[in-house]
Amino acid sequence: MPVLEGKELRIVGFLCNWCSYGGADTAGVGRFAQPTDLRIIKLPCTGRVNPLFVVRAFLNGADGVLVSGCHPGDCHYTAGNFYARRRLEVLRELLDVMGIQPERFHYTWVSASEGQKWKQVVSDFTARIHELGPAASFSNCPAVTVETGMKAAI
Amino acid sequence: MVQHTQELRKLIAQALPELDVVLAWTSGSNQLASAPLFITAEDDLDKLDFGPMHVQNLAAYLPSLKGRKVGIVTRGCDSRTIIELLQEKLINRDEITIFGIPCTGAVNIRKVREAADGQRLRSVEAGKDIVSVTTDEGVRTIPMQDVLMEKCYNCPSQTPLIHDHMVTERNGCHMTGEAPESTLDKLDAMEPDARFAFWEESMDRCIRCYACRNACPLCVCKDSCVAQSRDPHWVDLSDNPREKLMFQAIHALHTAGRCTECGECERACPMGIPILAMKQALNRRIKHLFDYEAGMDMENTPPLFMFRQQEEHIKERDAR
Ligand code: SF4
Ligand code: SF4
Ligand code: SF4
Repeated sequence: MPVLEGKELRIVGFLCNWCSYGGADTAGVGRFAQPTDLRIIKLPCTGRVNPLFVVRAFLNGADGVLVSGCHPGDCHYTAGNFYARRRLEVLRELLDVMGIQPERFHYTWVSASEGQKWKQVVSDFTARIHELGPAASFSNCPAVTVETGMKAAI
Repeated sequence: MVQHTQELRKLIAQALPELDVVLAWTSGSNQLASAPLFITAEDDLDKLDFGPMHVQNLAAYLPSLKGRKVGIVTRGCDSRTIIELLQEKLINRDEITIFGIPCTGAVNIRKVREAADGQRLRSVEAGKDIVSVTTDEGVRTIPMQDVLMEKCYNCPSQTPLIHDHMVTERNGCHMTGEAPESTLDKLDAMEPDARFAFWEESMDRCIRCYACRNACPLCVCKDSCVAQSRDPHWVDLSDNPREKLMFQAIHALHTAGRCTECGECERACPMGIPILAMKQALNRRIKHLFDYEAGMDMENTPPLFMFRQQEEHIKERDAR
């Protein structure tokens, strides 16, 4: 049920297994209507989010990337999100200097019980990406498709 | 300069019996081709030379020589590399002997070539404030101020921050003028789309030689570089700006909080791609967020190796 008018954009979400993935599930169970542009990748922890995941996603054609994990202090592995916070803040500058608007990237903390907050995060972020429109892409560079991506991985 | 060289030779000769090798510079076939010199015997000292045309950051060799007794000739900026390597325990302090030299700046050889307008260079000589270039068309003098490496304009310390021996301090410094506009300044003035196009165009020229990585003293993964790993497959081998830009993102992020802006990556690039700008941008951010500069304090922990529960300068984007 795309809440937003027009074409879907490509938004990638890296979610921590323990909090935000649960939060997204809670939102689903609660039947909160959300835009459907987001594709979720579940990770064990935001500490697992290598900032290069985000860069790779953008270079492969994502229009927005969202990272979400447990609130600081609530990490299942004690400190994963503290490390993530530093790395992701630094990443923002790299995106900026590369010419990828840092507004296309967002990180936040959502717990498993915060279904309502999750809905809000997804809706706000999706609206923001729609406002920005599709991200810049390379002109003389074949797009990464599932097929080329699979081939590259072999 | 001659006097300094003599003094340096004497210092090295005294310490040499205790050392396996001393890293220094020598002049190559022409004065633009400065090369590293590996001194193992006193005879080698005749070849030793140093001055504005000797530009390599010799500290890049240190990690691969860990475990041996190594001497190294060191300028201010190189000493930051050494401190950073010590912080990361990639080298041991008691294995290295630092011969500090007073630096008067290093020349950007690319700029000298440009100033010679593509003419064949017969000889190049660096004086105190000028570089004189002799081509088939005659002699041209270029103010030193115009051909320095970018890092030298804002050099915080021309004297090494650590050293065991020191060549007599020079007095005065000839770098007084303004730094020319940097690539980062230019990028800052652009809109995001223009910035993206800038990198697309730059990366189009990249030949994927990885000289930028190989020259970087902090790229120490050697044969395990993620850029060449098949599993996981971070970058594929296609010749397109996307994969090449991905590699630059890897280099920038892997040196974030560690890069001392020595400029070796950019100097080594045969295509003249201004890749230092990305690293400078990250450093600027790191300075702002963590009040941290790489390679200044041996006791400090690089900021991405640690965290604080309450980060002073990180404002959470949402209320919790
Ligand atoms: S940055 Fe400073 S120490 Fe390094 S070469 Fe330039 S002037 Fe010398
Ligand atoms: S990234 Fe470039 S400037 Fe930074 S340490 Fe490596 S070679 Fe020096
Ligand atoms: S040194 Fe220059 S040409 Fe070679 S890989 Fe690096 S950026 Fe590309």
